[in-house]
Amino acid sequence: MQKILLTAAIAAMLATPALPETKVGMITTLSGGGAGLGIDVRDGFMLAIKQSGRDDIEVVIEDDQRKPDIAVQLADKMIQSEKVDVLTGIIWSNLAMAVVPSVTAQGKFYLSPNAGPSQLAGKGCHENYFNVAWQNDNLHEAAGAYANTAGYANSFIMAPNYPAGTDALNGYKRFFKGEVANEVYTQLGQTDYAAEISQIRASGADSVFFFLPGGMGISFLKQYADSGVDIPVVGPAFSFDQGILQAVGEAALGVVNTSQWNKDIDNPANAGFVESFQAEYGRLPSLYASQGFDTANLLISAVEAADVMNAAAFRDALRAADFDSTRGAFAFGTNHHPVQTIYVREVIREGDVFTNRIIGAALENHSDAYAVDCSM
Amino acid sequence: MIGERYVNGAVLIGLIALPLWALSADEVFTITLTTRAAILALAAVGLNIALGIGGMVSFGHAVFFGLGGYAMGILAFHAQTFSPLDFGLFALPGTKSMPVIWLVATVVSAFAAWIIGLLSLRTAGVYFIMITLAFGQMFFYFAISWGAYGGEDGLSIYVRNSFVGLDTLMPIQFFGLCFALLCLALLLQWRLRRSPFGLALNAARQSTERVQSVGLNPRQLKLLAFVISGAITGVAGALFADLNRFVSPTMFSWQLSGELIILTIIGGVGRLMGPVIGAAIFITLEHWLGGLTDFWHVWLGTILLAIVLFWRGGVIGLLTGKEGPHV
Amino acid sequence: MRASRAEPGTGKRLMPSILIIEQILNGLQFGVMLFLMAAGLTLIFGVMGLINLAHGSLYMVGAFAAAWVAGATDSFILAMAAALAAAAAAGALTEILVIRRLYSAAHLDQVLATFALILIFSEGTRFVFGSFPLFLDVPQQLSGSILLPGGIQYPLYRLTLIGIGLLVALGLWLLTARTRIGIQIRAGENDREMIAALGVDITRLYTLVFALGAGLAGLAGALVGAIQSVQVGMGEPVLILAFVVIVIGGIGSIRGAFIGSILVGLTDTLGGVFLPEFFKLFMQSDAATQTGSALASMAVYILMGIVLIRCPTGLFGARA
Repeated sequence: MQKILLTAAIAAMLATPALPETKVGMITTLSGGGAGLGIDVRDGFMLAIKQSGRDDIEVVIEDDQRKPDIAVQLADKMIQSEKVDVLTGIIWSNLAMAVVPSVTAQGKFYLSPNAGPSQLAGKGCHENYFNVAWQNDNLHEAAGAYANTAGYANSFIMAPNYPAGTDALNGYKRFFKGEVANEVYTQLGQTDYAAEISQIRASGADSVFFFLPGGMGISFLKQYADSGVDIPVVGPAFSFDQGILQAVGEAALGVVNTSQWNKDIDNPANAGFVESFQAEYGRLPSLYASQGFDTANLLISAVEAADVMNAAAFRDALRAADFDSTRGAFAFGTNHHPVQTIYVREVIREGDVFTNRIIGAALENHSDAYAVDCSM
Repeated sequence: MIGERYVNGAVLIGLIALPLWALSADEVFTITLTTRAAILALAAVGLNIALGIGGMVSFGHAVFFGLGGYAMGILAFHAQTFSPLDFGLFALPGTKSMPVIWLVATVVSAFAAWIIGLLSLRTAGVYFIMITLAFGQMFFYFAISWGAYGGEDGLSIYVRNSFVGLDTLMPIQFFGLCFALLCLALLLQWRLRRSPFGLALNAARQSTERVQSVGLNPRQLKLLAFVISGAITGVAGALFADLNRFVSPTMFSWQLSGELIILTIIGGVGRLMGPVIGAAIFITLEHWLGGLTDFWHVWLGTILLAIVLFWRGGVIGLLTGKEGPHV
Repeated sequence: MRASRAEPGTGKRLMPSILIIEQILNGLQFGVMLFLMAAGLTLIFGVMGLINLAHGSLYMVGAFAAAWVAGATDSFILAMAAALAAAAAAGALTEILVIRRLYSAAHLDQVLATFALILIFSEGTRFVFGSFPLFLDVPQQLSGSILLPGGIQYPLYRLTLIGIGLLVALGLWLLTARTRIGIQIRAGENDREMIAALGVDITRLYTLVFALGAGLAGLAGALVGAIQSVQVGMGEPVLILAFVVIVIGGIGSIRGAFIGSILVGLTDTLGGVFLPEFFKLFMQSDAATQTGSALASMAVYILMGIVLIRCPTGLFGARA
């Protein structure tokens, strides 16, 4: 587990040595297979802290290795030894489910920069839990909505056999009005999709919806492009994210995907973010980087408005979400999950680099299906 | 060279002293880490009985660890949602009582160990390693796709389970419980080795024919040892789940089986305190190396290699100057 | 699947025989790729008696080397050559530095040492290439699909993979059956002291066999990398399956590894497709899909369990 102590504003180092007043613990994935996502969230987050120039926010960063038990142990450590006030950083839903309930039960705040499991949006919602990214189903629901406008009537839908996969297919079906040609659950971590592609070919569907995050999506898209099957595919942004798009290459060109963010969303906060992220780290920001950046700015806005020791006031300040989001207008719903526009993007090539451009909005001011179950 | 008895004593004293110091210094997290080490040590004590005494290289002990974890998770889940556990013919209420959970964990993992052992012990050597691995993978994939109890997300238990007269949410009290169970298991392992059963088992590890010639059934001996071994690892799994207040399929992963083997080898295979020393060293390495660099796995790997190549017999072997039993 | 045809009234799509043949081809392709991994593993175990958990890392090394060279030169052939060379070199180096000291060690020590090698290889690769997946594509000449007799459309690249796999299998058979080295290898499997006594340089033979196995794994990684994701940790799932294969086939037997690979490839592919369909016959669609998929992901391990319970040393295994 790596440990980096970063007091934010280096410029203010020689100024009056104010003691850090808000201590943030970031638990994220920095080693092993899923490290790319955690690194992006961390870099986006730290960029915002650096830009704010504040020296009263201290961030402790640790690597959870994508293991739930390590994440729980780190949360214990941050609360017990580091005495943090706010936790953030977790990428994966299963890790969030392991950590968040016990963190909020201990009276700490948790700001989620990525994972948004349905349990935490519905019955298990908590006044100290804020999700800055999305509820897990959101992008899939948007894909379903897009499929309707695209005129698809019969979809082949596919996801790995684990809870987030089930949520994805349910999310798509919640908004898709057409028929489902076949519903296939693949193995988690599966790398060969020949069998599924043959099924798609034989299914007679007019569209394919898939949720295969990370390397699974790379494998599927490459094999699909090579198979000669030309049924259009649509999916959530996770398989078309800046970090992995280069590894998919031409196979992804023109594919439509849904996302709450893209680098061409036209607002000053986003333009500034994209430019400064590239300047700082020498690569294009990803979806995850934007989420890390927004999470940090939400935190900063709350620190400016209230003292973290005064939990009620701090919570109100978070709920107000008074910051310039890279997504433009940003507000929390009753269950502390975003109410936001989800866009339809298309993969394009800019010079040597594969990236996305927005071609429309799939759902506007969209909340989530679980908010009604949240009694907060 | 130091006598093994002194090493053992020093380790136990160190294991109590560290959290007590942490308590006085208000280093709560050190207590949590020590508890983690004690629980992993308990799991490895279980493995050590199969591995060190019985000579069975099980690459699937995560099965029992995971079953213990899920025994805790499922019972506590039903208790916290006030929904009975439905078996079709009859229904039972869940529970938050640790002793009951431990009992269930013991029985369930012992039963699984009996079935797995019965089938796996038909093979030997590498085949045994691989068939136990296969069982581990089966449980892992099953747990991932078993939606009723969270699938890959696992199960969160909001409050640690209870033990009469103790406040288990206090880290030091929970550590005390884990330490007591660890000592009990160590005592059992110590007695077992000196019992007629242990001696016969030891003989069966060295030469099957010799045991057969005196009228004992080596496979039955090994099976019994495997069951005891699985049961102890199962209890450790229940404690581990209680430590994290969380259980997930990663408890069934082959990496976990591998880690348990690593702990045992670092400390010294077949040594009484081998698992304890191994767990302590492993947790320290993980914690300390992780603080030094992003790429700490490289260094962990290098240290493990050095242990295998140059320190046969593990740390205890190094300290006492004696090689451990050959497996 | 005959049963599903018996109830056309449900409006369910029939499973045409074309689809079944296509799935068999898919299973075959998966199987021959597994064979490239399993052949090396089983050779190394058969000749040196070593359990090499780090075999998956060599697969990864091959894929990364191929992706890097393909990116720099745009040549697929060069990329494959680089994969073979890099993995063989990494294998030879590992053998000389580490593995060599493990031949006389217990299985347990081998497991630990090669587990440690996985950690070193994986994080080392991440250190060199970064945390994001690399790009490696099917070459132009082999992209797209062709029409097979019977009206089956099938990707050309996958057919090529089947071809390469079968060629390697043939080559390995010729090597072991017809060449001097092959005789030494077979002799080594039977009696290690004996061939040393016959004046064969056993140290060199071992390094050679290890490099050969590593090169095959690297080639498999590169070939498969073109249609999958080239990323850190890609070797471990394949490694486990390759172990399943050699255990089913009988450790040390190339023939067993071949049959085992095909069996595992077919079981995994066909199980994934047909088990959910099978459960749909008597369960609700959602539940059937999930149960079927869950069982399918356990299918190869169940197959291995059954084989081992029936023949404790695998189908073609001689010694335990």
